[in-house]
Amino acid sequence: MLSVDNLAVSIGTGAHMADIVRGVSFEIGRGEALGLVGESGCGKSMTSLAIMGLMPENGPRVRGGTIRLDGTDVTAMAPWQRVEAGHGHIAMIFQEPMTSLNPVVRIGEQIEEAVRVHDGLSGQALHDRARELLELVRIPDAALQLTAYPHQLSGGMRQRVMIAIALACRPQVLIADEPTTALDVTVQYQILSLLRELCDKLDMAMLFITHDLGVVAQLVDRVAVMYAGRIVETSSVKTLFDAPAHPYTRGLMACMPAAGGHGQRMKTIPGQAPQPGEIPVGCAFAPRCPQVQDICRVDPLDRVAVAAGHDALCKFPVTDGRPV
Amino acid sequence: MSDTPILDVRDLRTGFDVKRRGRKMRVQAVDGVTLSLGESEVLGIVGESGCGKTTVGRSIVRLTRADSGDVTFQGTDVLAARGEALRKMRIGIRMVFQDPYASLNPRRSIGDSVAETGDINGTFRSRAERAEKIAETLTSVGLNPSFAERYPHELSGGQRQRVGIARAILPVPSVIIADEPVSALDVSVQAQVLNLLMDLREKLRLAMLFISHDLGVIGQISDRVAVMYMGRIVEFAEARTILDRPMHPYTIALMAAMPKPDPSQRIAGGIEIGEPPSQFARPTGCAYSLRCPLATDRCRVEDPKLRDMPDGRRVACHNV
Repeated sequence: MLSVDNLAVSIGTGAHMADIVRGVSFEIGRGEALGLVGESGCGKSMTSLAIMGLMPENGPRVRGGTIRLDGTDVTAMAPWQRVEAGHGHIAMIFQEPMTSLNPVVRIGEQIEEAVRVHDGLSGQALHDRARELLELVRIPDAALQLTAYPHQLSGGMRQRVMIAIALACRPQVLIADEPTTALDVTVQYQILSLLRELCDKLDMAMLFITHDLGVVAQLVDRVAVMYAGRIVETSSVKTLFDAPAHPYTRGLMACMPAAGGHGQRMKTIPGQAPQPGEIPVGCAFAPRCPQVQDICRVDPLDRVAVAAGHDALCKFPVTDGRPV
Repeated sequence: MSDTPILDVRDLRTGFDVKRRGRKMRVQAVDGVTLSLGESEVLGIVGESGCGKTTVGRSIVRLTRADSGDVTFQGTDVLAARGEALRKMRIGIRMVFQDPYASLNPRRSIGDSVAETGDINGTFRSRAERAEKIAETLTSVGLNPSFAERYPHELSGGQRQRVGIARAILPVPSVIIADEPVSALDVSVQAQVLNLLMDLREKLRLAMLFISHDLGVIGQISDRVAVMYMGRIVEFAEARTILDRPMHPYTIALMAAMPKPDPSQRIAGGIEIGEPPSQFARPTGCAYSLRCPLATDRCRVEDPKLRDMPDGRRVACHNV
């Protein structure tokens, strides 16, 4: 449904140019959820903005690669061109629902605006569709809540409104960029289960972006781990947690705090991720890697198939004795 | 942990006046919290936004004025302290804040920020001693002493939080109140900072009130845990007791909602566990009764008090 091939995004010009996304490729099928996991600055949000065609002017630009939506190359199309050409069935929700909603417009009107653009409805049909969308995201008393302003809703309800607006375009692909990071855990759980339910019910492909491996474990089907602008490991969610192959993925898992930790020292990844523009040659993770070899600092990396549907961008992936 | 607590909080209440639709209303952010902190003990306070956990911390150091209650630090009444006693309290209890971007003055060098408390209180006898103390403190939080000359914008989030910790331990306090100190950090950096806090606690015998919304982080660092809901403690016990076998329905819900790194337990759709009620309208009886699967008629009328359980924990629930 969504296929991204060798996407490259850069910021700046000439000598000041820095690569933020350095050749990212993945595919997501109907009804499938892919988790894109990485720490701040790894390029995960930039990847999603590039897919949406939301690159700011005079800011970072797509320098290479193709983005295909249901088979059509939409890389060079602006969002409005996509809608006009009938390829507008992609939507995105963001981390902070309060800054994404207009505070002085009733939520009903904000949903209707999106429906009007995509479905061309008006009058009662428009109103009914807005109510239907609110019911779809399980907002109680949908008809009544259409007249509410964003500040009258809780954080979780606002995120539901954002999801309703996203669904207005009948998306084939939904991109969720840290949609629950600003929410409390109990609310987070409800939003995650809603997203999973919608994904299954509407047969949507979902790209779920997060810094938290724990959040994706119970939600997505496959995971791509990103580091310094590249995907370093891709696999099914089960394999990733059972047998992570890339040292960075293993490091991330080891340093997740656990309720059962009880005062034990935590494993850490020493140092910090490189800034765009200061990415070392060879493997970008080499300076922090516990099993680094001299060759890692010199040679370009190749993607290694660890198993069927599981690959890692590493010269020495951990396979626990299994042959590569 | 010795028997006499280093910090003792009794029946703390803090409220705020808020204007809504032209009417003055009162939000009781902290509604009768009692807790004590032993020497070099880490007490975790966990709860969702608006439960009052931050206000507890801020009321103790008097960044927010408490309405009533007693706070005793090393035998002194903190809430009434003035002059020399207040100064002593401010050196003895220090805070580490959540946002390492907002809590450092961008125009002051790291060294000046770290030495601020010492400067104000005349701790340093000479410039040489001041420089030496700054270098020593920066080293103990894992930063190169050369950072003293640098400014906050040159530092990463993790480094800034280390500075935030450095300025809280010069001169060495007895108690640190850490309000979500790792929430703004990436996981790999978060683990480094948690390890640092655990090391410092051991080395300097610090007692810590560790405030967080994240049960994972709380479980990692705390000896005892207090779970807060709408201004009150609803469950209070040893970390192991509470996190291995939560008893209050709210603690159970928090544990259930916590993301688990286990792909075999898929997220279940359609579960509605509700959201906290409005702060302006505290329900009668148990504040959790509206969301609680165990709630009975009694819960909607009678306020549950914290009571002792056979395993040493305290729980505020009629039905456990």
